[in-house]
Amino acid sequence: MASRQPSKGYQPKDLDESRQWFDEGNAPVKNRLAEPILGPKLGPFEFLRWTWRLLTSMRTAIILLVLVAVAAIPGSIVPQRLADPNGVATIRDSNPDLYKFYESVQLFDVFTSVWFSAIYLLLFISLIGCILPRVRHHWNVLRAAPADAPKTWTRLDVREVVPVTGSTDAALDRAAALLRKSRYRVVRKGDSIKAEFGYLRETGNLVFHIALVGILATLGFASGFNWYGQRALVEGQAFTNQLSSYDTFNPGRWFDERQLDPYAVSLSSFVPKYVKDPVKDVWMPIDFTADVVVTEGGNQRAETLKVNDPVHIGDSKMYLLGNGFAPVITVRNPAGDVVFSQPVPFISQDANLTSVGVVKVPDGLAEQVGMQGFFYPSAVELDSGALSSNNPEPTKPTVTFNIYKGDLGLDDGTNGNVFQLPIDQLTQIAGRHTGVDVVLEPGDTFTLPEGLGTVEFTSLSRYIGVEIRHDATQFGVGLSAAFLVAGLLASLATRRRRMWVRVTAKGLEWGAQSRGDDPGLEAAVGRILAKFTLTGSGDKVSTT
Amino acid sequence: MNDLATTSLIATYSAMGVYTFAFVLFTVDLAGRSASEEQSKPTRWLRSAMALTWLGWVIHLGATVMRGIAAHRVPWANMFEFGLTATLALVGVFLGISVFRDVRFVGSFITGFAILALGIVATNFYVAVTPLPPALQDYWLVIHVFVAVLGTGFFATGAALSAAQLFQSARESGRLTTRNWRFLSAFPKAEALESLSYRLTVIGFVFWTFTVIAGAIWAEHAWGRYWGWDTKEVWSFIIWVLFAGYIHARATRGWRGNPAAVLNLIGFTAVIFNFTIVNLFFKGLHVYSGL
Repeated sequence: MASRQPSKGYQPKDLDESRQWFDEGNAPVKNRLAEPILGPKLGPFEFLRWTWRLLTSMRTAIILLVLVAVAAIPGSIVPQRLADPNGVATIRDSNPDLYKFYESVQLFDVFTSVWFSAIYLLLFISLIGCILPRVRHHWNVLRAAPADAPKTWTRLDVREVVPVTGSTDAALDRAAALLRKSRYRVVRKGDSIKAEFGYLRETGNLVFHIALVGILATLGFASGFNWYGQRALVEGQAFTNQLSSYDTFNPGRWFDERQLDPYAVSLSSFVPKYVKDPVKDVWMPIDFTADVVVTEGGNQRAETLKVNDPVHIGDSKMYLLGNGFAPVITVRNPAGDVVFSQPVPFISQDANLTSVGVVKVPDGLAEQVGMQGFFYPSAVELDSGALSSNNPEPTKPTVTFNIYKGDLGLDDGTNGNVFQLPIDQLTQIAGRHTGVDVVLEPGDTFTLPEGLGTVEFTSLSRYIGVEIRHDATQFGVGLSAAFLVAGLLASLATRRRRMWVRVTAKGLEWGAQSRGDDPGLEAAVGRILAKFTLTGSGDKVSTT
Repeated sequence: MNDLATTSLIATYSAMGVYTFAFVLFTVDLAGRSASEEQSKPTRWLRSAMALTWLGWVIHLGATVMRGIAAHRVPWANMFEFGLTATLALVGVFLGISVFRDVRFVGSFITGFAILALGIVATNFYVAVTPLPPALQDYWLVIHVFVAVLGTGFFATGAALSAAQLFQSARESGRLTTRNWRFLSAFPKAEALESLSYRLTVIGFVFWTFTVIAGAIWAEHAWGRYWGWDTKEVWSFIIWVLFAGYIHARATRGWRGNPAAVLNLIGFTAVIFNFTIVNLFFKGLHVYSGL
């Protein structure tokens, strides 16, 4: 056995064998380490082989790992389209040149960019190229007998001789039984025993790495079935799960509308709770509770939706991600007929829920009317005359409007951004800078100039911003993560050890060797020997 | 309730004071070693320093527990509290190891780091006890942040040993031979330092893996997705990948030793960066510094 160079094709060329692997006890360590990675002459096949070896080498893996880390950094500095779309829009509006540059090198989409993908794909190719041969090798090792003892026992980390009184054969039996009890794999062969323990170390290591591939594969294959959408849901309103009900919807690559389970959700009430931070003198939320009624398959059930506590419906989940006020605005034509009446969700801008919103009245009046609104739950007048809110609760709810007439740009069929008015193309008829301020409390009505009609702040509702999401990757990624942790723990908690026992003139000689750093080896051998001497008849341990 | 928070803060400053004395004694001990070639027995300076570190840690523990009681929750929901608990874990890891192994030679590093970290969080990041925002009201706060705290403690101790290893290895290769560096003779050999550092860092890596997974599960509850490349998620990922690189480096020919130690220090720098710069200056969903 010791006469032949064992095959190392299953491991990276630069894996530090002297540290990681059992000393096979043949070629001098120095010579093996000096072996060059790059051969002298390179034909096309050799070049491919060299490339493959380079790619699957440990050194390359380290460099790729560091590269992935470095390449991720811009993803935390430049706003990402997925995590921070508003940040992207801010750059687009404030610095178009920078925006163009970022866009050209995919800095707004770092984690799906070509360059980031290239690095992690190379890393995973390297990883797969590294573990596949090792899986095959380990599979063989798992089914093979423990390794033979080295020719020269002087190289072993631990050596002990135990004098034996009586039959050495019986003593060997006893040693084999003890080793088996310590969960060693044991082979008794004539006057010697070979035993090995800790296969779980490599098993765990391989499971860990395969689990990483599992995560990537799940993301690659299953994420196409994902979908998620957002919706602002006003108290009393119902939402039916179909594409047209969503304010925004993001389908995966293979999304099919039939994936949406038929169900409806209505918001019965939404109750936020606030307390005042005594030190900083600001209001802070301590609880958001939304009571909803889910109608699914003909059954109705009441559910409570909270932050950190999504509602499961069908194969999707509904999350509470935002909330705000939705003033009910009623617009009437000069004849007094209602042409617009609905709650309008306003987006909050600060801790006291000063909010902005837009009302578009395309039909029913002599001209199209758009209103840019500001909402103050607890309005107070600042010294400058401007309004502000000093409490997130509606103690003095007030809406102010800047009102415009003209073409709202809705006639081309697209709905446009519901939170934006094309004010550049409109004519302001009331509001700030026109001399006619529009300040409304609930029940107040403002008469539009030019006999267009009236605007009423009818009442106040709250709304919640929900996200409904179906994530097809969760199961695969969760399972892979569980295997990853199990593999990592098993691998790190296990020591790979080999022991040999042979009969010598002085008694039984025990030898042990471990892979890598193993300060506990001697103690482990000591424990087995202690049991051995205990069960023996007054045998005594002596160290050679 | 506020009295208890105040007492906690006083205890924090007291712990810093005791750590300072311990730091001075650790340093005196090192200086004493550089003055004489004698390096065998621990001096009484060293023993007193260890005793003071224990005392400081008990006061520190009291400060942390009182903060938790005052807030009616786990004491790690904002930057000040995280700093308080993470330094407690750091010194605790150091003291815990010292029961089994003589690692007292990094005592001045550990106490020095703890004083600095506590001083910064107590003076710059201190916030009064406030109730938790809805997003933080979850049992995952207990798990996710606690394993992050533990991981940070192990990473810090591992980094201290890696730094010591770099100096020691320079000394072993014939540099740093002046009198000033003689204290290094009191340190174990570079290889022993590396081996211990590796073991601690690997434990830190396991805790960090848990931190990331627990964070992902919590993110799914709170934000609807388990991973969205939020700035804090990006940096947790960077840290995880850097330490994975370190663990590989230790098994690679030509990377073991100093290059691996440097990688470990880079990893720990990323941990500190994640806690300070990312918390304070980067935009993201983890806006819980309380400042």
